Amino acid sequence: MSMIKAHHLAVSYGHGETALKVVKDVSFEVEKGETFGLVGESGCGKSTILGALAGRNKQWTGTIEIDGETIGQKRTRAQLAKQQLVFQDPFGSIHPRHTIGRTLLEPLEIHGKDRRQERIEKVLTDVGLPLNFRYRYPHQLSGGQRQRVAIARALILEPKILLLDEPTSALDVSIQAEILNLLKDLRQREQLTYILVSHDLAVVAHLCDRVAIMQSGGFVEVATRQQLLENTVEHPYTRILMDGSRGYVSEKRNSRREALPA
Amino acid sequence: MANTSDTILTVENMSVEFPTLSGVTTAVRDVSFTVGREKIGIIGESGSGKSTTGRAIMRLQPPQAIVKANRMQFEDIDLMAASEEEMRSIRGRRIAMILQDPKYSLNPVMTVGEQISETVILHERATPQEARSRTLAMLERVNIRDPQRVFDLYPHEVSGGMGQRIMISMMLIAQPSLIIADEPTSALDVTVRQQVLSILDDLVVERNIGLIFISHDLNLVRSFCDRVIIMYAGRVVETIAAADLDQAQHPYTRGLLNALPSLDHPKDRLEVLRRDPAWLEN
Repeated sequence: MSMIKAHHLAVSYGHGETALKVVKDVSFEVEKGETFGLVGESGCGKSTILGALAGRNKQWTGTIEIDGETIGQKRTRAQLAKQQLVFQDPFGSIHPRHTIGRTLLEPLEIHGKDRRQERIEKVLTDVGLPLNFRYRYPHQLSGGQRQRVAIARALILEPKILLLDEPTSALDVSIQAEILNLLKDLRQREQLTYILVSHDLAVVAHLCDRVAIMQSGGFVEVATRQQLLENTVEHPYTRILMDGSRGYVSEKRNSRREALPA
Repeated sequence: MANTSDTILTVENMSVEFPTLSGVTTAVRDVSFTVGREKIGIIGESGSGKSTTGRAIMRLQPPQAIVKANRMQFEDIDLMAASEEEMRSIRGRRIAMILQDPKYSLNPVMTVGEQISETVILHERATPQEARSRTLAMLERVNIRDPQRVFDLYPHEVSGGMGQRIMISMMLIAQPSLIIADEPTSALDVTVRQQVLSILDDLVVERNIGLIFISHDLNLVRSFCDRVIIMYAGRVVETIAAADLDQAQHPYTRGLLNALPSLDHPKDRLEVLRRDPAWLEN
């Protein structure tokens, strides 16, 4: 069964003549337990798709179905709780003057959940943080720990879907590895479905089963993980992005490599 | 092939210390390296002291910082002994710096052309006409298609990639012999990054100058630079030819390499770096 179905989804910003269509008619389905990647350069509309799925951006047309339920522009609390966002910058996305415990309490209050202390303790354990961290402030935490808090805040409402917007691009490589491992564990343990936005195809290939490559608001290609690893992607733009995640490709070195017999 | 034996910069046992209320914090400890006519990468995590090292070479550290070194020699100049006035004539003319985000490093109220010409007007006392023609030539050199139009644009009117090319042209117009590039492409998209790097690569080779490339991106440094310095907690843990990075010996370097997800060597779980307190000794 599909967890997410988007059909002819288009999203725009602004009104009237100045309206800007950022996402132009994309369709995709994500199975339960699957991780679907969205890759592209800045401004291609990948985060906007997440925004529309999360209910942040209400100016969309087309149909969205989540967990078998067709979603309208206005959603109920229960519908909103089903998918939660994790943002890129753990420095900017957590309230600096609230303790971690208070940050985690807020979604529980909004959604009127019971057993609050119990839930907070469970979610901190789930993301691998010590329980006494609930009394700390964000500035007392490292970047990796803060990103764990951001993931905990998303998980505390027991969502079925996590929408991950560049969850590791502000982190050092060694910390990125920890967070990617955590996301893999959580997906398995909690039977979660992920949509991962990233500009790094190596990260995407590590976590995702399928990935949509985006350019100016549309999909140019939907590739499987296998295609990425075997280097059998079709679209030239995907290849450019793949080269990019390998590092610098000098034009001269390239031509030299081509001149060599394989 | 550039002559790498021709040393431009020698740094011996450089330390940068910040006095704080709770004692002295050493951001960089006993760092030694040389830069020839080559591209040398400095790699490290946030807080490893890589940017502080780059700034200390240009003597751009914050006023409270204390820089100590046995020797800091740039061509014929002793950087430890040079007066502030001498440093002003070196900065921008003989050692240039490219910063991460052109949005914040360009002056927002001056046109792009004025900012680039300023360098040659200040350092070489060029006439405005001469400065303009050199600026236009330089803009063309960094593959800006319509230099006449770009000359009169303000920084907010150009894209990130073009901004970074403008930064490069500003740095190179005075013909420095050493460039310090601090994360020059981290704010750029992949395709733009390739363009900017290939311009930088060509210019370094063409002018036979030295480049210090500060980055946190292992794959990028490995493929772009000739040699790599790996820094950890303010120390140089290893210096290695970029091509030999896979054979790196130090457990920290190995840990970083293994923590990296890769398209070519996929693995189910990434190795998590185990930090060894022994790395902090010596």
